Amino acid sequence: MAPKSNALPVLQSDPARPSPGVGRRRFLADALRLSGGALVLLAGGSAAEALAAVQAPHPEAYRWDEHLYAYLIDTTKCIGCGSCVRACAAENQVPDGFYRTWIERYVVGMEQTHVESPNGGKDGFGPIQVGFTATKSFFVPKMCNHCRATPCVQVCPVGASYRTKDGVVMVDGERCIGCAYCVQACPFGSRFISPVTHTAEKCTWCYHRVTKGLRPACVEVCPTGARQFGDLKREDDPVRRAIAQDRVEVLQGHLLTEPQCYYLHLDKEVR
Amino acid sequence: MPEISGFSFPNDVHVWWSLMIVMYPYITGFVAGAFIVTSLYHLFGRTEFKPVARLAMATSFAFLLVASLPLQLHLGHPERGVQVMVTPHFTSAMAGFGILYSGYLAILVLEVWFVWRPEIILRARRSRGLRRAFYAALALGTYDTGPQALEVDHRAITLLAGLGLPGACMLHGYVGFIFGAIKANPWWSTPLMPVIFLVSAAVSGIALLVVLYQVVSRLQGRSPDQPCVSALARWLWFFLILTLTLELLEIIVMAYERSESWLIISELLTTRLQFSYVTMQMIVGGLIPLILLAVVVLMNRYLHERVRNTLSTVAALLCLLQVFSMRWNIVVGGQLMSKSLRGLRSPYEPELFGREGVLMAIALVAAPFVILWVFDRVLGIEEREPEAGSGSGAPEERRPAAAAGGGVHAA
Repeated sequence: MAPKSNALPVLQSDPARPSPGVGRRRFLADALRLSGGALVLLAGGSAAEALAAVQAPHPEAYRWDEHLYAYLIDTTKCIGCGSCVRACAAENQVPDGFYRTWIERYVVGMEQTHVESPNGGKDGFGPIQVGFTATKSFFVPKMCNHCRATPCVQVCPVGASYRTKDGVVMVDGERCIGCAYCVQACPFGSRFISPVTHTAEKCTWCYHRVTKGLRPACVEVCPTGARQFGDLKREDDPVRRAIAQDRVEVLQGHLLTEPQCYYLHLDKEVR
Repeated sequence: MPEISGFSFPNDVHVWWSLMIVMYPYITGFVAGAFIVTSLYHLFGRTEFKPVARLAMATSFAFLLVASLPLQLHLGHPERGVQVMVTPHFTSAMAGFGILYSGYLAILVLEVWFVWRPEIILRARRSRGLRRAFYAALALGTYDTGPQALEVDHRAITLLAGLGLPGACMLHGYVGFIFGAIKANPWWSTPLMPVIFLVSAAVSGIALLVVLYQVVSRLQGRSPDQPCVSALARWLWFFLILTLTLELLEIIVMAYERSESWLIISELLTTRLQFSYVTMQMIVGGLIPLILLAVVVLMNRYLHERVRNTLSTVAALLCLLQVFSMRWNIVVGGQLMSKSLRGLRSPYEPELFGREGVLMAIALVAAPFVILWVFDRVLGIEEREPEAGSGSGAPEERRPAAAAGGGVHAA
């Protein structure tokens, strides 16, 4: 399981929000450093040391225009273990009964299809009996598709939902008014209003991790490699190569939302 | 947790848009519908609506004052609600709310002022002390009620009605657009939606006036003006026919197209929404008033006054139910169905207490009537003079309650 980290503070100070000039947080951080520097000075340190403390390069020197993320799911590899759902819940403090990612199980026969996702697949899937002759069965991990033409960002009345330059759809929890219009507008059921924050929440592809060069928690823990995270701006990226060369599919393609979650071997039964 | 039949996306089992979002279009529907009636008189010269024109305008105004409350009550962060107006994100249909609402409010306030100006001036002249100061402030310092001034008023009212009618239509059509333009939800996503909302707003507005007019007349011990009652019934019938046609058209097209979503929508309508859609929206609130109003309209000349009053009032009450059911079935019905198009959740039952509860909804509907009562105390909804805008003479005081004494000064 991924190490538990406090996601929010990192998200809020991330470089994704284009802020003109010095933001409040940055200012406070700098002020703290400055006072730290002043303490060093008072304690008898040299002025140069104090200055160095102030002018140290920002530790998260991340450039969002150098990346463009995409997600690849190979449905033939998913075993429905639910590790990803658990990792996501732990990493992002997802409230019980709500899901930033979940797994669906399809049991398909010639005439009938059974679909289920008990507790979002968080506890895995037990054996199942269906009342028809099943001819195939498979698992499909789902999550926010981080669409390029996002209906959710379009309908947000205050601009709290936005898409970053590196291709991640996010919600500014300090701006969201909790009207739930975005929840209605998402065709994939990826969003919910958190009973804790009363704002819209969703998968961020663990933006607080990926901007540090880590992988999203769900990808990190996936034991079969069904979930892969990639950067389309890197020529040698396996995800980029798969999207470019393999037969990939997206969910609800007819809605033209241009999802950036790509699926390998998606079945016709999956919406 | 709600029970699910079939398969729902795990986040899709909640009804995010609660009773308050049902109340919102219901209330703005009254705003638009009542305004359509005043426009029929002020703009289209339907003089048979004269007896209800002022009542209709006051009603539209009273409902507009509470129209934004259900939205505010529903927000996860009500304290940030003002951001929709202050920092709107213009690709959002919802961001239009601030502009449309405040624009229409401005038009309506101006129009109310022009229509009630002679009344304000009269009251300013007849009262003393604080009351006088209050009415003088309302009169904005102009006491001119000469024929020329009244002619200017009349033109201003016509112009404002001309702006207000599209304003009211846009205010309500946009509410329909909020639902109609959501491609994620096939029960909402149709270009017919704004039209259906608008036409059913006319139904609810006219129906409300039919009932209000009867009540107000009874309270004043007068019998309602019969040409006005039949005219209201005729227009109510017309808009009810339009509404039912469009509402049926929507599902007939879906069924005939055999669209991907029809399977689940037909199940939704015949199971979860059987009572609220089939029984209430289509039969009790649709078919029955359709027949009652047909009787009132087609057999008008044979009807006794009491029969006409009763039939049209009963029909109007049923129409009010119809429109409420329609709002309910759209707003709540659309959320009972998962976007997986494979599952339905158990019916939604609103809480009784609380911010989005039933009591709050009742309070929201009651509030405009309180506002109307205050409006009547302050400005008097009914006209005092036999002819509006016919001159500046000192009109007779009809109701002794408002006679505060004092002579009428010349302007």
